[in-house]
Amino acid sequence: MKVASLKFQRNAGKSLNNKTLQSALKNIESRFVGARREAISHLDDFEAVRSRATTIRDQVLANLDQWLIRFEQEAQRRGAIVHWAETAEEANRIICDIARQYGVKKAVKSKSMVSEECGLNDALEAAGVQVVETDLGEYILQLAHEPPSHIVAPVLHKTKDEVSDLFAQHHHLPRKTGIAELCQEAREILRPHFIAADMGISGANFLIAETGSVLIVTNEGNGRLATTLPRVHVALTGIEKVVPTLEDATTLVRLLPRSATGQDITNYVSVLTGAKALDESDGPEHFHIVLLDNGRSKMLGTKLQAMLRCIRCGACMNHCPVYQNVGGHAYGWVYPGPMGSVLTPSFAGLAATLPLPNASTLCGACAVVCPVSIPLPDLLREVRHQQSLANLRPWRERKALAVWAWLALRPIWYARCAGLMSRVLAWLGGAKGRIGWLPGAWTRGRDLPAPAGQTFRDLYRKREKP
Amino acid sequence: MRVGLFVTCLVDLMRPSIGFATLRLLAHAGCDVIVPEHQTCCGQPGYNAGDHTAARELAIKLALEFADCDYVVVPSGSCAGMIRVHYPTLFPDDSEPARRVRALAARTYELTDFLVNIAKLQDVPGRFTGNLTYHDSCSGLRELGVKQQPRALLAQLPDATLKEMAQCETCCGFGGAFSVKFDEISSRMADNKARHIHASGANTVVAGDLGCLLNIEGRLRRIGDQATRVLHIAEVLAGDEGQTS
Repeated sequence: MKVASLKFQRNAGKSLNNKTLQSALKNIESRFVGARREAISHLDDFEAVRSRATTIRDQVLANLDQWLIRFEQEAQRRGAIVHWAETAEEANRIICDIARQYGVKKAVKSKSMVSEECGLNDALEAAGVQVVETDLGEYILQLAHEPPSHIVAPVLHKTKDEVSDLFAQHHHLPRKTGIAELCQEAREILRPHFIAADMGISGANFLIAETGSVLIVTNEGNGRLATTLPRVHVALTGIEKVVPTLEDATTLVRLLPRSATGQDITNYVSVLTGAKALDESDGPEHFHIVLLDNGRSKMLGTKLQAMLRCIRCGACMNHCPVYQNVGGHAYGWVYPGPMGSVLTPSFAGLAATLPLPNASTLCGACAVVCPVSIPLPDLLREVRHQQSLANLRPWRERKALAVWAWLALRPIWYARCAGLMSRVLAWLGGAKGRIGWLPGAWTRGRDLPAPAGQTFRDLYRKREKP
Repeated sequence: MRVGLFVTCLVDLMRPSIGFATLRLLAHAGCDVIVPEHQTCCGQPGYNAGDHTAARELAIKLALEFADCDYVVVPSGSCAGMIRVHYPTLFPDDSEPARRVRALAARTYELTDFLVNIAKLQDVPGRFTGNLTYHDSCSGLRELGVKQQPRALLAQLPDATLKEMAQCETCCGFGGAFSVKFDEISSRMADNKARHIHASGANTVVAGDLGCLLNIEGRLRRIGDQATRVLHIAEVLAGDEGQTS
């Protein structure tokens, strides 16, 4: 997927003025924020589980290479084939090769953000493989030719009415309006694809090192069909998803759905281990696991390492007041919101993502809800710091900061400038005491309450001298 | 106890009355207050823009200026958070300046936190009659745990009634440079805040950070609300705000 993050500001402006989108975004508060709060309250001690989950993720990241090798050994021992991809292109090449090897004509997909990260669908289509998204949200997006706007609810930006129109247009059936009817229609359309598919593609929520298993959590059942019905199953995921044991995975699964959708548990939790054995009646004949780096290993050992704890629950974006108002597309890539504003610069480069870490008030709501305690505001500041060190900040901003720093370190000059500014602003404010227009952006959407005309330091000095 | 007042650059420039209200509150709480003359800014604008050099120099400057205070009190959760939480991360080493900065961080408090937990103020001097609603500024709330402190102090005003607004913990959209870099988003967030303020039924909104207040008041006035009063917690606790309305 092409990175369009440099256009954040313009796209955010469009989002703010898009009435349909704004009405769709209203669901975040009711559907996700409230539901999470409720589900978290069902845990006896959220902080204890969260702390344990954080430790599990940290321990893996401290020895990531060893856990990955253990995972590979255990997976291969059970008949899976493990591939290592350094880049998105390499992952696509590996999966296209697998498709070619087995003569795959049709692939059905369960939802996978890593496949979005790689642009896998385009690569497979170019290799002559028909790809059908089977997660309802992803299927809708495939029909609409749109990227996801949320990592858990990819079609969050669309209203039900838009989906009704889209289905009527593509399915050539009478327009349905009820959610149950729409789901049923999608099921009926998708079912033959599952049966005809040669390959199923999934992501992985966790890789379990001790058993070489791929764990996925889903709600629609399409994940089970896509990973067990076709003769080939390819699981594509990032290298950071590994956890040591099944028990560790269950700790994380206690937090993931609660944080994501406010469910105590998802409808399906599938643990996929090895290919179909000779004495087994179902499952894929061939099971390939593709482990993607694509910038992740570069974050190890840096101040951004904590970001790799992420279990992709989406709570940070659900609770981000910026995301809540502009939605996911404005961020210009696969991963929106606070987690994306840390990950995208690491994956796509600082220069291509300049606005992202700055598009946050650092309010900290994300860090409070993160189930693996990622200090997101600190990491956003760290990416800003990297931008500053790389001299990537705009010239005007750098000049303004230089002037501010020069003055702040020279109290006498600082006091004179503040005094002058106070008088000028008070004069501009006039009798109303507020300023409707100033150069710069502040007064585009707001007045500026004017000061009284003297600074605190001036008034204080005068007060002291009788 | 000897308390240094860190006025903050916004209060110095935009609303000195908050500084004087803070002085009254600290004096009322029995503190011996000093106001170092050469104080300027805590360094947050640079720090949040990714420029650590200036922030570090300002941290050292501040640590020197407030070296002889038992406590440093700041009428802002954001600036207090910068000193208390972020300064130590800028000085992880064991040098003399680093030790001094970390010591400064450890004795720096947001105003309401200080009044409740250190000075144990039981009789706030202000008078306020009417309904008010409180906006929890992000840094104070989430970096310093300032939540009950301002409410405990407001509860000491016999004629003031706190009417909590929905989403009082949601950011107002200020965010320092964010408010001008992403002014459209910032204004929308302030709109949401304005909606909740109006729905609360209170005619006064109170917060502990002038940045938020400027943003909220600026947006309220722009959308035609000239009536809602927008006050700093220090002004409410120390003065006779509310008597005129």
